[in-house]
Amino acid sequence: MAASSLASRAVASLSPSISTGASRDDAGSSSVVGFHKRSSAFTGRRVRISSGHGSSAAHGRRSCVVAATAAPVKESPPKIADIELVTREEGLELYEDMILGRCFEDMCAQMYYRSKMFGFVHLYNGQEAVSTGFVKALKKDDYICSTYRDHVHALSKGVPARQVMSELFGKATGCCRGQGGSMHMFSKEHRLLGGFAFIGEGIPVATGAAFNTKYSREVLKDLSVDAVTLAFFGDGTCNNGQFFECLNMAALWKLPIVYVVENNLWAIGMDHFRATSVPEIWKKGEAFGMPGVHVDGMDVLKVREVAKEAIARARRGDGPTLVECETYRYRGHSLADPDELRKPEQKNKYAVRDPIAAFKKYLLENGLASEADLKAIEKKIDEIVEDAVEFADASPLPPRSQLLENVFADPRGFGIGPDGKYRCEDPAFTAGTAEV
Amino acid sequence: MARDPTVCVIGEDVGHYGGSYKVTKGLAEKFGDLRVLDTPICENSFTGMGIGAAMTGLRTVVEGMNMGFLLLAYNQISNNAGMLHYTSGGQFKIPIVIRGPGGVGKQLGAEHSQRLESYFQSVPGLQMVACSTPYNAKGLMKAAIRSDNPVILYEHVLLYNLKERIPDEEYVLCLEEAELVRPGKDVTILTYSRMRHFVLQAAKTLVERGYDPEIIDIRSLKPFDLFTIGNSIKKTHKVLIVEECMRTGGIGASLRAAIVDNFWDFLDGRPECLSSQDVPTPYAATLEDATVVQPAQIVVKVEQMCQGLV
Repeated sequence: MAASSLASRAVASLSPSISTGASRDDAGSSSVVGFHKRSSAFTGRRVRISSGHGSSAAHGRRSCVVAATAAPVKESPPKIADIELVTREEGLELYEDMILGRCFEDMCAQMYYRSKMFGFVHLYNGQEAVSTGFVKALKKDDYICSTYRDHVHALSKGVPARQVMSELFGKATGCCRGQGGSMHMFSKEHRLLGGFAFIGEGIPVATGAAFNTKYSREVLKDLSVDAVTLAFFGDGTCNNGQFFECLNMAALWKLPIVYVVENNLWAIGMDHFRATSVPEIWKKGEAFGMPGVHVDGMDVLKVREVAKEAIARARRGDGPTLVECETYRYRGHSLADPDELRKPEQKNKYAVRDPIAAFKKYLLENGLASEADLKAIEKKIDEIVEDAVEFADASPLPPRSQLLENVFADPRGFGIGPDGKYRCEDPAFTAGTAEV
Repeated sequence: MARDPTVCVIGEDVGHYGGSYKVTKGLAEKFGDLRVLDTPICENSFTGMGIGAAMTGLRTVVEGMNMGFLLLAYNQISNNAGMLHYTSGGQFKIPIVIRGPGGVGKQLGAEHSQRLESYFQSVPGLQMVACSTPYNAKGLMKAAIRSDNPVILYEHVLLYNLKERIPDEEYVLCLEEAELVRPGKDVTILTYSRMRHFVLQAAKTLVERGYDPEIIDIRSLKPFDLFTIGNSIKKTHKVLIVEECMRTGGIGASLRAAIVDNFWDFLDGRPECLSSQDVPTPYAATLEDATVVQPAQIVVKVEQMCQGLV
């Protein structure tokens, strides 16, 4: 197909808001070659995505992404697109995960204002569909890499609420022994690679994990390794060099990674449109030879559809995908943010698109769950979160002796003291009482 | 790389080109393009990628084509290589080696003549070593690769042509130990990298004039080998540091502080230090020579110290 017809299909909107859910007429019929063949979960128009270098032979050209939406924002709650119904079991799992995320974050706010947690705490309220939609589509061995807004990613990936809450309280029982804090959640067991305070600095780390998968398969010849990596980051990060540098490398080497942009339109007080010359982030995938996809990030099922496709694409070796999730954070950037710049109209626009309310409605309307079922889940989660707080409260603070323990994996790195012994062999040194 | 298939090299022109100073010559042909990975020019990202790969099980060796370029990777080196083992509560180790040529060369201009050991030394969680001979380059490289800690290995632009007989059998040096190059009793001279060779040159003159310097190549820039250094100071009671870092904030500054803290009672006078000027290294040969310490200056300083004139 000639480039011009591609252009005519790609209606890129420059307007600030992107559409809500597709109407029943629109979705359903598109065929998307090289990405998936049945009804598209993407909003708006028909979409064609090819995987770039490898599998677009059928079209005789190396084209990339087009995901286009142009419908104006509607005030009413979205209709969930015509995707295959989830099963009751899946539905309840997704619902529970989103409720856990919301409830946990609400508890964080309470605990912060009661001086149980400190510093910079960035809450995820409103964005639950992205974490749940993506992370619940992963296998246990897959990796995720997050930012400072990482509590809910950690929970979705399976890090126990107790460990996350303890970490936030700065207790020794935290997932990082209290040494990381809110912005540095890590879990080796659950393959959470962080937790990063500087935006963009997690993206190369995620890219490295994906490189490891490729290396394991092609150099070490271990085909049992098929881990996919997800990198989560925001709209502000998409103007940062590490974003572009990593898109380039991942596409170049066809790394098994999905770059997930949580575009909540604000980088602290910086409006995305004041910071970004071309605000459609999904378009930037094409510049690097990977599909760029836009999805309604307030709709967990749409996110999940896109996630499954992108993850499958990575897993079969076809390379990376850039997914832009249009989402919104209901709270400020952090608990220290007075949130004075965002207008009430915008907040209301997204408040009515609460992903949890929408999904609840979906489950009830489609007979997948009863009110009682959902209430039971909410109660269960309340108890989990309360228990997490109690556990964290009762946990000990790290002792002074813990201070130097994890500076080095090999503590010989502290060097040799004047007496000829390694410093780490001197108990006075590790207890922090010797002259350093 | 032959011994451990998880060891891989990442950097600009390390593969097909064999490295800007030919350190990785022949490796890509032997081990393939994925194990000796030619990267695009994006230091922060490929260093971070090396860190992510190391966190998840590989032993990556990241090359800075010139160490100065790693200024672009400071974000990753500080926050992720240095700190991530700690902030993760010990869950992830980062067995990465970051290496490359640095130091003042022959009229390479200010930006290609930097001493990154000065800038990175404060980053907690990093180990830093500097090689100075073919023998210790090999031994330290092996030790750095086998270490589970993130290690920065500083090579010097002007030392790649050195030739030396080295053992056929495998040897691994200790990352934390200094090297006694020449035993003596009059003064302890602490040095590393290229300045070792200037010190040895000065030592020839000093020995002719009847002095007996003890020369120690500290090798481990962080942490300092306080045992070897201390034993020497306890013997000579005088210490001179000869470094290529600038006067302000270099390895010499830290080493002086460590010596004062630990060996004050054994010193006859203040610890002396010869450093480079606090100047962006000029291109002109005469100015460049004036920027760094020269052997003649080392001779003068040692004589002054031994004669009690400083």
